[in-house]
Amino acid sequence: MAERIFSWLIMVCALLVVAALLWVLSDVVLQGAAHFSWQFLFDAPTDAGRGGGIAPILVSTLWLLLIALTVALPLGLGVAIWLSEFASSNSRFANSTGITLDILAGVPSIVYGLFGNAFFSIYLGLGFSLLSGGLTLACMILPVFVRTCEVGLRTVSNDWRRGALALGMTRSTAIWHILLPAARPAIVAGLILSIGRATAETAALLFTSGYVDRMPGSLLDSGRALAVHIYDLAMNVTGGDGAAYASALVLVTLIIVLNTLAQSLVDSWFKRRLVLA
Amino acid sequence: MFNNSINNQADRRLNFLLLIVASATGLLLAIIILFLLNESWPFFANRWRDGTWLQLFYGQSWYPLESQFGMAPMILSSLAVTVGAVVLALPLGLGSAIYLQFYASPRWAQSFRLLLNVLAGIPSVVFGLWGLTRLVPLITSWQPPGASLLAAILVLTLMILPTIALTSASALASVPRELLAGSMALGLRRNSQILHIFLPAARSGISSGVLLATARALGETLAVLMVAGNVVQNPSGLFEPVRVLTANIALEMAYAMGDHRASLFASGLLLTMLVWLLSWFAHRVVRAHKQALQYG
Repeated sequence: MAERIFSWLIMVCALLVVAALLWVLSDVVLQGAAHFSWQFLFDAPTDAGRGGGIAPILVSTLWLLLIALTVALPLGLGVAIWLSEFASSNSRFANSTGITLDILAGVPSIVYGLFGNAFFSIYLGLGFSLLSGGLTLACMILPVFVRTCEVGLRTVSNDWRRGALALGMTRSTAIWHILLPAARPAIVAGLILSIGRATAETAALLFTSGYVDRMPGSLLDSGRALAVHIYDLAMNVTGGDGAAYASALVLVTLIIVLNTLAQSLVDSWFKRRLVLA
Repeated sequence: MFNNSINNQADRRLNFLLLIVASATGLLLAIIILFLLNESWPFFANRWRDGTWLQLFYGQSWYPLESQFGMAPMILSSLAVTVGAVVLALPLGLGSAIYLQFYASPRWAQSFRLLLNVLAGIPSVVFGLWGLTRLVPLITSWQPPGASLLAAILVLTLMILPTIALTSASALASVPRELLAGSMALGLRRNSQILHIFLPAARSGISSGVLLATARALGETLAVLMVAGNVVQNPSGLFEPVRVLTANIALEMAYAMGDHRASLFASGLLLTMLVWLLSWFAHRVVRAHKQALQYG
């Protein structure tokens, strides 16, 4: 009896969850598709976003992502390698860096928005611009990316390091040809997590990259990200729901496409490296 | 163990380079915290002597233009929304994880997992949009005004459900197989196996996933802002509109000046501290569990 009630409960839970999630997903896909056309991707918005398309907004979104990744990826990978391969485990500096990273990984994105506004926009004088928005995003994704890569590198078996040493490899060569390729899954995971967070972000961008929906002329122009566009259409523009759903569909598709791209890019890059080595 | 073996130029150069990169990053992280402190400092400095800075935590009235900075209603609303969402999402997520792990056929499990993964990647603003255009009208037709504590709780629940279900499922999957064999040999029923063997063994993984989701719910800004109604008042009923701390920052940052702006930074610090406490707690849970496994 108890067994039957228990499995019933579990089934009901699963069913509820599937139903609710499918409801959201189908709404986004159906309503988005109803308002979507290929022209939507290539037109500028008109009438506060009710009509026209999202071309300048897509361009701003991609610029923001590009800036964030260009800054965060090399820095993050460097810090991860240093933490796992070079820093001694009882070094004060390494420990405090680790703790700070953990704290910052959990800080709400709106707080990054506050920081970005105070530091990049006002203190460094970048104003409301793609550059200050992108740099704020970089700060936001850095802790998560470092931590996932570091964990990935640490889980590579020490036998590989000993083997590399025995072959007379320098540590740099070992890292480049053996440890990084071996930690590939973690690096991909970190990359996907970072892309997802940066593309989906709204709160951190409101006060750093701004609302302007024109095509950005330079990196010091203000630009509106796709997520901010959805927020603005839903909250401040009556009758903008159709365009908002279409933008939401584009945003979700964009994230999925970028993730697939990141996965295959990292895969092919490391495959070549292993063949050369 | 390999730290004392640098004996060539290339490695020394790389070590030096990475040390610079790491120091720069450390500096950046320090700057973030210092800037938050620095920007909220005027607020505390002006109110330190007469003790009114504590009003931030227990004051009931939020009239920043008349220098009344009471955030208690918003702090309470933030907590109510977060607790509500976790209380709803925990049983549902855990139930789905158990279904995924023990009841579903492999093909079902695969598509369920795919659905959860897709939804875990959906931006929060999309959940907000859905809540605003679907959920709020639904609640309005039942109990106006619609934009309310309940709407915020439901949207957040949907948002954190995939995370809780996926982390719990992977925690359950990493329970050693010997425990399954042992419990079967004892002739335990399926439900006793799950309730008394698997859930306790996966406890630390599940609770760290839940704490992660809690931090996410607490820090979520726009999804909540879009559906919660944003009236500054104590959360007295499920159908009352409320304003949470994060939404307050997003709404007022655009025009805040002077002490008002500083008080928003102070609330940002407060949020950071809450999240910090949560992650410290998560650390403790995981470590205590590891020790129990070692010595138990």
